[in-house]
Amino acid sequence: MSRDKVFIAFQTNEDSRPIVEAILEDNPEATVDEQPAMVKILAPGRLVVKRSTIEDKIGRDFVLQSIHINLISLAGNITEDEDEFVLAWHQA
Amino acid sequence: MSIDIKTANIEPVRLTFDHLEARIGKGKSATRYQEAVHDFQMTQNFHYRPTWEPEMELFDVRRTKIQLDDFDALTDPRQYYYGPYTIQRAKQQDNADSNFALIEKRKLFATMSGEWTDKIRRLIVPLRHVEWGANTNNTYLSGYGYGAPFTSAALMHAMDRLGIAQYLTRLALAVNGQDPVILDEGKALWLDDPLWQPLRRLVEDAMVQKDWFELHVLQNLLQDSQLVPLAFVHFDEAVGATGNVAFTLGTEFMREWFNESSRWVDATIKTASSAKPENRQLLNDWVALWWPRVQEAVAPLVLAAFGAEASAVSGALTAALNLRLGKLGLEAVA
Amino acid sequence: MAEKKLGLKEKYQLMTRGLDWETTYQPMDKVFPYDKYEGIKIKDWDKWEDPFRLTMDAYWKYQAEKERKLYAILDSFSQNNGQLNISDARYLTALKIWMQGITPAEYNSHRGFCMVGRQFRGAGARVACQMQALDELRHAQTQIHAFSHYNKHFGGFHQAMHMRDRAWYLSIPKSFFEDAMTAGPFEFVTSISFAFEYVLTNLLFMPFVSGAAYNGDMATTTFGFSAQSDESRHMTLGLEVVKFVLEQHEDNVPIMQRYIDKWFWRGYRLLALVGVMMDYMLPRKVMSWAEAWGIYWEENGTALFNDLARYGIKPPKYHEIATAEKNHITHQAWAVFYTACPATGFHAWLPQEYELDWLSEKYGSTFDRYYRPRFAEFARIEREGGRFYTNRLPLVCQTCQVPDFFTEVDNPMKQSIRQYEWQGMKYNFCSDGCRDIFAHEPEKFCQAYIPPQQIYQGNAGGARTLPEYAAWLKCEFGKDSGEYYTSEDYARWKAMHGGNDTTPSSAAA
Repeated sequence: MSRDKVFIAFQTNEDSRPIVEAILEDNPEATVDEQPAMVKILAPGRLVVKRSTIEDKIGRDFVLQSIHINLISLAGNITEDEDEFVLAWHQA
Repeated sequence: MSIDIKTANIEPVRLTFDHLEARIGKGKSATRYQEAVHDFQMTQNFHYRPTWEPEMELFDVRRTKIQLDDFDALTDPRQYYYGPYTIQRAKQQDNADSNFALIEKRKLFATMSGEWTDKIRRLIVPLRHVEWGANTNNTYLSGYGYGAPFTSAALMHAMDRLGIAQYLTRLALAVNGQDPVILDEGKALWLDDPLWQPLRRLVEDAMVQKDWFELHVLQNLLQDSQLVPLAFVHFDEAVGATGNVAFTLGTEFMREWFNESSRWVDATIKTASSAKPENRQLLNDWVALWWPRVQEAVAPLVLAAFGAEASAVSGALTAALNLRLGKLGLEAVA
Repeated sequence: MAEKKLGLKEKYQLMTRGLDWETTYQPMDKVFPYDKYEGIKIKDWDKWEDPFRLTMDAYWKYQAEKERKLYAILDSFSQNNGQLNISDARYLTALKIWMQGITPAEYNSHRGFCMVGRQFRGAGARVACQMQALDELRHAQTQIHAFSHYNKHFGGFHQAMHMRDRAWYLSIPKSFFEDAMTAGPFEFVTSISFAFEYVLTNLLFMPFVSGAAYNGDMATTTFGFSAQSDESRHMTLGLEVVKFVLEQHEDNVPIMQRYIDKWFWRGYRLLALVGVMMDYMLPRKVMSWAEAWGIYWEENGTALFNDLARYGIKPPKYHEIATAEKNHITHQAWAVFYTACPATGFHAWLPQEYELDWLSEKYGSTFDRYYRPRFAEFARIEREGGRFYTNRLPLVCQTCQVPDFFTEVDNPMKQSIRQYEWQGMKYNFCSDGCRDIFAHEPEKFCQAYIPPQQIYQGNAGGARTLPEYAAWLKCEFGKDSGEYYTSEDYARWKAMHGGNDTTPSSAAA
């Protein structure tokens, strides 16, 4: 069966770019929906944001909590630690 | 499309909103602070009585005995709205962060004498809970007070107290090599040690006060005027005299914050006290009612911290409070 | 001794959760008198999972960064007369409704979270609510700061704070938030954080704000998206509250189900205002209300309720009705606004040809059949030099206070009206959803301040006619209210553009 989608959306700007790139790299099933001033990423069932991938993109340290600054919205249950920010639906 | 803009066509038709014009006069622009606080709270045509307090309206002037023709007169001299408030605190947290980084990197508490680290464990760490009480009480002011200028500042004050509780947590962890058992020990003292019980009783009694302005006077004027300088000025000077700067670095925020936020506390109480003689009488009565309780709660801590010099420190704390009370037009305490 | 390295979760736990204690000098039930009377049973507040682990210093840091960015843009917007860059001055009607109805709601939400930030006895829940209280204050303040510049150049904003407590259509958001704030703390959080923020506000803050960007309104886009970045924290709080309460005791399930049913329906009715903003007030179109409903409710909402099924929670009652109505309500609402706009603080107009075509395309099943002919009739009257205005305020639903324009799902020509009798009085409702809400708490909803009734009782400054009522609202016909194409706003907009009518002729930017 098809899994319900989670999503995360960011303001379209330079700070969000490496975050979006990292998410797409780490979540092969993710798709992008570009709206005016906003970029929305959808993925079936689960989506992970990894600190290490973002750090690879920007070439310096990144504090994962700072994704809040450009975050617009999301859907899914959140699990968060220093290394990963995960969105997921729990249904079978 | 290029637009030929004639200046005449983009002249404003008015300088501010009607509700602010009524306060500041015609032909003036309002400040962002004025825009951010005035008349935000609804005052009439409420739909439903609160299920949790059906005898009152949702927002109701009767939640305090203080009487003001305009509760929006309780403005904040710092003119804090959300932006300047968070930006100011962000600068301070940046500084505090560097201070803690230095304390942790150089292990500055490891070189402090056992006498003083013991005093910090016994007399400072339990203050986390006092700050939590202050957060609880100021959240009450923000929820059940009247008028956006006062209640918005009260919420910022509440969040500041949570911030202080968290800085104290960080300080405690630094004292104890990041081992959190120090926090459990501090809580045990707060709950059971006779030294802390008069204060805990006062804090819990404050939490059930219904009159929000009375609670403001008790928490933000009386209690804080004694405990905050005791812990972060007098105690700090004593630790600093040993040559170790760790405590000073870890508590810089508290001193800055106290000097800054006292202006808000004083301004609001002064506005109420000068508005009506009945208010002044009420404020004097509240000070007289609660001052012995505050003294009773603080005295054992002063004694434990300063021993033979306790009465000098108590005298200095009382004198500082009396100086403030005098400026507010209120009677001195003994 | 080697120093421990504390993880984010452990650190947050120490920073927040150990701070509270069981009081003994005063009983806990006296210190926290309001968190039991709803019947919600909490066995262990320590099971609360903090949704976001923000300590105060991290909060200050990230929020200050958002504020610096936001105010830099607002400053530049006013310095450069950014109002000139919007697509069309008709767009401002959406901002006027926002300032009159949504900004006060943000303030009320702020105060409500201050209250529950004091009421819950669990420290984790309390801190999360306090942070949300501060965020909501931010939203109210950044919004008035963004609208401040528009107020200097256009009507309809200057009297917003005066109208807020009085106007008939502003009773919709006012009664919604006051209903939530006068409820118990669990109901408040479920209503605002879960039903409203998680389930429904994406509809306002994502497609509408994206639409603001598409219509050249940099100020609203910036505060809107910046506010929504806080909302993602709030939505997470909403979901956490619901899960936490459901896990605590099985007796909580029916209570929470009732809250979800009630607040989904109330929120959906409130969002009719947002629907009209999207379909009728954005001169350049991004997405229709029906499309947004499809994405943000039918898709996302289904995912959410599939997730909650394991607790025995069902999708909100009457959600099928809401979905069935999606092709109707915005057109019905706009017809009411078009005819009643002299008694409001905004302008209304007939859609341009390109907009009618866009609506026909987006609402193929309904628009041409039921609504386009109605607008054509209004247009005929305008061509003959008239302008159809109603001479009485619409009757409103006793619960949601939305005018009674809704129709039966199986018959769009038949008005949907329900009645309920309580203590010898008959009350009118727009729907089964609103009637059920009343029937569960009649002693609360009979208290509602119903503006049209107040007028008849002489409680609106003695106003008897709509123009008198508008004057009592401090709305001047032609300046703040009435038809757009004969308004001062329209004249000013043309003057700002060299005397040209710049009304767009297509939906694309």
